[in-house]
Amino acid sequence: MIEDLIAMEDAFIGWLTALEPVKIADIATVVALYAGAFFAFVGSVGLLKLDTPMKRLHAPTKASTLGVGSLLLASMIQAFAHGSGSVHEVLIMAFLFVTAPISANFISKVNLHREDADPTPPPPGDSAWATFDTHPADDRTPKEV
Amino acid sequence: MRVLSRILPHPLLSLILAVVWCLLVNSLSLGTVVLSLILAVLIPLLTEAYWPDRPDPPRLGRLTLYVLLVIWDIALANIAVAWIVLTRPNAKMRSRWVVIPLDLKTPEAIAILAGTITLTPGTVSADLSNGGSCLLVHALDTGDAEDEAKGIKQRYERRLKEIFE
Repeated sequence: MIEDLIAMEDAFIGWLTALEPVKIADIATVVALYAGAFFAFVGSVGLLKLDTPMKRLHAPTKASTLGVGSLLLASMIQAFAHGSGSVHEVLIMAFLFVTAPISANFISKVNLHREDADPTPPPPGDSAWATFDTHPADDRTPKEV
Repeated sequence: MRVLSRILPHPLLSLILAVVWCLLVNSLSLGTVVLSLILAVLIPLLTEAYWPDRPDPPRLGRLTLYVLLVIWDIALANIAVAWIVLTRPNAKMRSRWVVIPLDLKTPEAIAILAGTITLTPGTVSADLSNGGSCLLVHALDTGDAEDEAKGIKQRYERRLKEIFE
């Protein structure tokens, strides 16, 4: 029993010392790829499963933050481990983080106008939500258009 | 000092432009750096007229800490929301509107708060009231709307107020 444990320990230490930095980087890359794939998958499952437009809007935020983030992290680790480093990926992430909320905001405004969402609570302190505060000329129902 | 502020009307924008240019080219050679510096001087000068009421520059140290905090929160919230999406049936999700009364006045700070709320999974900011006094947020699964609003105010808005105002 004890000999078995010692043999296992020796094998583990041998495995650890055989790991080169490049191999560790490869393992890290694979882990990051799996994490990215998982969160992109959960985002897609969410799109299929959730039942109202406003709830569905929550699904892509996962795919576009941690999903893409992990994939870009994998790309960076791989680039640094094998030759020339690359930091392009930081920029992709930054642009994604700046633009993703804008599209989510526009989609939710469309949902509000189509009355595809729960009725909104009135804003305390102001007269209306900005989306509904339109010029009288815009007060047309879709049929009239 | 006045000459400097005339050449660089917006030092932070200049810095960001230079860094982004180097990242786009993905190199730090002399030619790239020189071109990035030229752009960093020219673009703020040419666009200054189109941004009349720009806010005072934010506190950079605290802004960096804030970005790190948000990235950490995004990772944690991702896992929590993935669990909700995969395990909880639609009928049992307590999704509802949350109204967040705003203490922030700077448009830039409010925009960053709204962006933060959307990026952290589980909450999407949908609209602003017409006077700018509160934010309409949709939460995927929350027990108590007021607690959620208090949490967001305490965690993000308080920090943004320190950074921008």
